[in-house]
Amino acid sequence: MLQKLKEYQFLLEELIKRDFKKKYKRTVLGVFWSVLSPLLTLFVMKLVFTGFFGNNIPFYTTYLFAGNLIFSYYRESTTQGMSALMNNADIFSKVNVPKYMFVLSSNLSSMINFLITLVVFFVFAAIDGVTFSWRFLVLIYPVACLLLFNIGVGLILSAMFVFFRDTQYLYSVFTLLLMYVSAIFYQVTSFPLHIQRLFLMNPIYVYIKYFRVIVIDGNIPSLAFNLLPLFWAAAALLIGGTIYKKNNQRFMYYV
Amino acid sequence: MCDAVTLDVDHVSIMYKVGDFKDIGLKEFVMRKLTHQYHSREFWAVNDISFRLYKGDMLGIIGSNGAGKSTLLKAVSSVMVPTKGKIAASGKVVALLELASGFDGDLTVRENAYLRGAMLGYTRAFMNEKYDEIIAFAELQEFEDRPFRQLSSGMKSRIAFSIASLVQPDLLILDEVLSVGDGAFRKKSEEKMMNIIGSGATTILVSHSLEQVQTLCNKVLWMEKGKMVEFGNPITICEQYQSFLASKNALKC
Repeated sequence: MLQKLKEYQFLLEELIKRDFKKKYKRTVLGVFWSVLSPLLTLFVMKLVFTGFFGNNIPFYTTYLFAGNLIFSYYRESTTQGMSALMNNADIFSKVNVPKYMFVLSSNLSSMINFLITLVVFFVFAAIDGVTFSWRFLVLIYPVACLLLFNIGVGLILSAMFVFFRDTQYLYSVFTLLLMYVSAIFYQVTSFPLHIQRLFLMNPIYVYIKYFRVIVIDGNIPSLAFNLLPLFWAAAALLIGGTIYKKNNQRFMYYV
Repeated sequence: MCDAVTLDVDHVSIMYKVGDFKDIGLKEFVMRKLTHQYHSREFWAVNDISFRLYKGDMLGIIGSNGAGKSTLLKAVSSVMVPTKGKIAASGKVVALLELASGFDGDLTVRENAYLRGAMLGYTRAFMNEKYDEIIAFAELQEFEDRPFRQLSSGMKSRIAFSIASLVQPDLLILDEVLSVGDGAFRKKSEEKMMNIIGSGATTILVSHSLEQVQTLCNKVLWMEKGKMVEFGNPITICEQYQSFLASKNALKC
């Protein structure tokens, strides 16, 4: 696998460059838009929900931002990943290249976007009065897991999108519902304990929660909770990888 | 080693599934599966083709549109895996299929050149070294930093040809690419092609120009509706094919 990545490193680099350039070419605001758009969401949410939840949740701005940051990254990354295969059908129907390369490059280019927003997140956290500590470095772990998780989901979705063109619409409905059950603007503590456990079945909630524990609570999550991000990443990658392995030759017939 | 087999195509068949599955979407698919209303048909684009090429051979593939020529070439260049049968190719295979497609209109000529190079398996160092040569050969020096969509289709094929013809393959696959660009460029590209072929590469050429096939090739494969009609001597097969075309046209009148 690593050997193969090395072999195709040049291709991967060029694909990432292309994906990134294409995204921002011809937009006046360019990369700034990718920061501005989550800030607008944040602003509206803060305006609307502070009255309902803001008084009970400390550092509510940071709380909201953490939720939005993770969720928008997930949505962006997987939605782009979904069309990665179809958009490159022209390429892989003529040249023999590993097809997961396209999902990989699309994810890595979304990652750049996420990292920029992450910097803004820390600026807002500082303004919000959050105390910074060495523990923030631990965030690398959930971010790495989330990247792998997004790649896995991207693999699954891109394969489905080749076979079923309505995947796009179904998925946008799915992400909307997912947003409401990811505790972005409310706290799960208002639910009974057995319902709270159910939230852990939602990988996005797990990643959001990890961020909040580190940044807002200033704690390191328990060992058991630490296994969850890795579990979800591995599960998504395993399913996505299997689908690709099984259908690698079939994609050609559907594009 | 004069008679080394470069390509062995052994009873190769390629099947496409046809039906309305592409348009029905996931919801409908699940519903039809549940109610047993889901049907798909099989379509054999390539049906039981076998032939062998030796080092230095030049094979021309002829046949009507939709005969399965391009699908066969996709299998030979390992973009597709045959449903049945086996293909064994030795050495480096380079396929020039539908040259001008697969570029990105938003990127510049330079960016596209590097991307294409990466797709063909070149290294960055190799591209850095050869880039000027590519641009010079394609005569696109003034267009390097222009978006690709601004190029004419002839220019697109020229740059595609320049990048793809850089390597020294053992097996070269050409799908209608000997007619690239305007007169001057066509002459240049044909020369370059002949250099590659002359250096001992085995070549497969798909062409609708029988004249070209007759003068260039020493073997011909005639395909019709996925099946092999004839394989062998170019002169006799091209004549047969010509009379076949004539009778087909006569029927239409």
